[in-house]
Amino acid sequence: MRESQHHIFLLAAKHKKEDMAHLQELEALTKALSGLGIDEKSLISILGKSDPARRTTFRQRSTHFFIEDERSFERWDDHRINLLRLEFVRFENALVLWAMHPWERDARLVHEALTLVPQSYRVILEIACTRSSEELLGARKAYHSLYDHSIEEDVAIHVTGSERKLLVALVSAYRYEGPKVSEDAAKSEAKLIAKAIKNGDKKNPIDDDEVIRILTTRSKPHLKAIYKHYKEVSGKNINEDIEAADFILKETAECLCNPHAYFSKVVDEAIRNDADHNTKKALTRVIVTRADVDLKEIKEEYNSLYGVPLTQKIDDNANGNYKDLLLALMTRD
Amino acid sequence: MATLKVPAHVPPPSEDAEQLHKAFQGWGTNESLIISILAHRNAPQRNLIRQTYAEAYGEDLLIALDKELSSDFERSVLLWTLDPAERDAYLANEATKKFTSSNWVLMEIACTRSSVELFKVRQAYHARYKRSIEEDVAYHTTGDFRKLLVPLVSAFRYEGQEVNLTLAKSEAKILHEKISNKAYNDDEIIRILSTRSKAQLNATLNHYNNTFGNAINKNLKVDPKDEFLKLLRATIKCLTCPEKYFENVLRLAINKLGTDEWALTRVVTTRAEVDMQRIKEEYHRRNSVPLDRAISGDTSGDYEKMLLALIGHGDA
Repeated sequence: MRESQHHIFLLAAKHKKEDMAHLQELEALTKALSGLGIDEKSLISILGKSDPARRTTFRQRSTHFFIEDERSFERWDDHRINLLRLEFVRFENALVLWAMHPWERDARLVHEALTLVPQSYRVILEIACTRSSEELLGARKAYHSLYDHSIEEDVAIHVTGSERKLLVALVSAYRYEGPKVSEDAAKSEAKLIAKAIKNGDKKNPIDDDEVIRILTTRSKPHLKAIYKHYKEVSGKNINEDIEAADFILKETAECLCNPHAYFSKVVDEAIRNDADHNTKKALTRVIVTRADVDLKEIKEEYNSLYGVPLTQKIDDNANGNYKDLLLALMTRD
Repeated sequence: MATLKVPAHVPPPSEDAEQLHKAFQGWGTNESLIISILAHRNAPQRNLIRQTYAEAYGEDLLIALDKELSSDFERSVLLWTLDPAERDAYLANEATKKFTSSNWVLMEIACTRSSVELFKVRQAYHARYKRSIEEDVAYHTTGDFRKLLVPLVSAFRYEGQEVNLTLAKSEAKILHEKISNKAYNDDEIIRILSTRSKAQLNATLNHYNNTFGNAINKNLKVDPKDEFLKLLRATIKCLTCPEKYFENVLRLAINKLGTDEWALTRVVTTRAEVDMQRIKEEYHRRNSVPLDRAISGDTSGDYEKMLLALIGHGDA
C-alpha cells in the first residue's frame, strides 16, 4: 500500500515539477513576444522544440495572442499578428537604418514623417534642430536625390497651420556655428520672447514673427545666451514658462539648446508599456542616429533624469537581436 | 554664356601678382595694367592670384587695390576680383545695412543663383560675417518683405528638370485665386515661389498664362507704386527669365538721370562669367543699341574701360 502511495506521490511531484517547468516556459515565451523586438532564440528553443500538446497549452494559456474560435480551436488574433510583425521587423529596420549614410537616414526619416504618419512633426523638428548645419545641408542634398523634391517644398505642402512657417524655416536654416554672440541682441531678444510667451493666451507664440525669426535663424550659442538672459528679464527659467506654452515651442527650444534631455525623454517614452507604434520607433531612431554623435552624453543625462542606466532599461524591455544591436551600439568605445 | 575674355595663354599667377604689384608702385597707379590682367582672368585664376600676391607681398590684394583705387572704378575692380560666393555675401550684407539697404539685391542673389551657388554664398557669409545670411535678412526686414525674402535666401531648390503637370495646374489655380482676391502676400504664394524648383515654377507659370490668358506679372501690375508687388514681379522674373530681369536693371540704371553705377557695376561683375552674353543680346533686342555703346555713352575713364572689358569688348 505504502509503496503505491509513494509511487503516486512521486508521480504527482514529477508532474508538479513538469508543471513548474511548463509554467516557466510559458512565461519565457510570453516575454519573448512582448516588449520591443522578439527574442528569436527563446522562441526557437522553446516553441521550436515543442510537441503538439505543449503548443496547444501555449495557445490555450496565451489568451492575449489566441482567441477561442466558435469551431473549437484556438485562433491567432489577427491584430496581434500585425503587432508581432512590427516587432519581428524592428531589428531589420534598425540594422538598415544603422548601415545607412547619415544624410540618407535623415532624408528618409523626414520623408516618412511627412507622408506616412499624420501629425508626426516631432521627427522633423528633431532633425532640423539637433543636427549640425552641415549635417542638415547633407540631409537636404540627399532629399533631392531620393525624392526629386526639396525638403522645404515637401514640408511646406504637407504641414499646415501655424506649424508650417516654423518647420519650413527650421529645415531651411543654415545656422552660424561659431561662438561669437552679440549679448545686446540676445538680451533684447530675450525680452521679445518673454513678451510673446506672456501674451500666449491671446496669441500663440509660434505665430509671432519675432519668435519665429529668433528661433529659426539665430545660432545655437546665441540662443543659449538668450535663455541665460531670459531669467534676468522675466524672473523665471525659460523652461518653466515654456512648459505651459505651446508644445511645439517647448520641443523646439529643447531640441535646440538641450538635445540630450530631449533625446532622453523621447527614449523613455518609447520604452513605456503604453507607448504606441510611432512612439516606440523613437528608440531605434534615437540610438541609431546619435550613436556616432552624442550617445554617451544622452546616457548620462538619462541616468541623471531617471535614476536608471539606459542600457539597463533597454536590457529589461527589449528582446533578441534587436536588443543586442542596440546594446552593441551603446557600448562601443 | 559668359562674356569674360581670357587669353589663350595665361601667365602664371606669380607673374600676374608681380605685374599687379608693379602697377601699384610709384606715383599714381597703372589702372590699364590692372584692367588688362584682372578683367581677363576667371574666378579660379583670380583666387590664385590673390593667394600668390598675399604670399609674395604679405598683403591681401583687395586691400592693396582699396588703397590705390577710388570711386566707381575701385568698386568694380574689388567686386570683380572677389570670388563669386564672397562677392554675393558682400553684396547681401551691404544690402541689409541701413543706408545701403536693398531688398532687390537680396532677392536677385537668392533667385538668380543656382542652389549650389546660393549655398556657397551662405557658407561665405558665415566665414566673413560670423552670422548666417538668414538671420541678418530676417533682422533687417519686416512684414511682407521678411516673409518673402527669408525663405528665398534659405531655399535649396531641387535642380532637376522633372515637372509634375498636375501640380503645375493646381498651383497655377492657387496663384490665380490668391491674386484675384488681392492676397498678394498669401502664404501659398510665398510657399510656391520660395520652395518649388525653377523647372516646376516655369511649368506652373506657363500653365497660368495658358489658362488665364495673362502672364502672372501682368496680373500683378495692379498698383505700380506698391513696392511689395514690384518685388514679387521681379522675383518671378528672376526665377524664370533672369536675362530679361538683368536687361531691365541695366536699362533703368543707364537711362536714369545720371547713372545708377551701383546697379550697373553689380550686374556686370556678377554676370560677366555667367550669362552676360544672353543679357547683351536681350539688351540689344530691347533697346536697339548694343550694350557697349550704351555703357560708353554713360560712363567714362577707367570705370568705363573696366566694364567694357568685362562685357567682352575688345580682345582678351
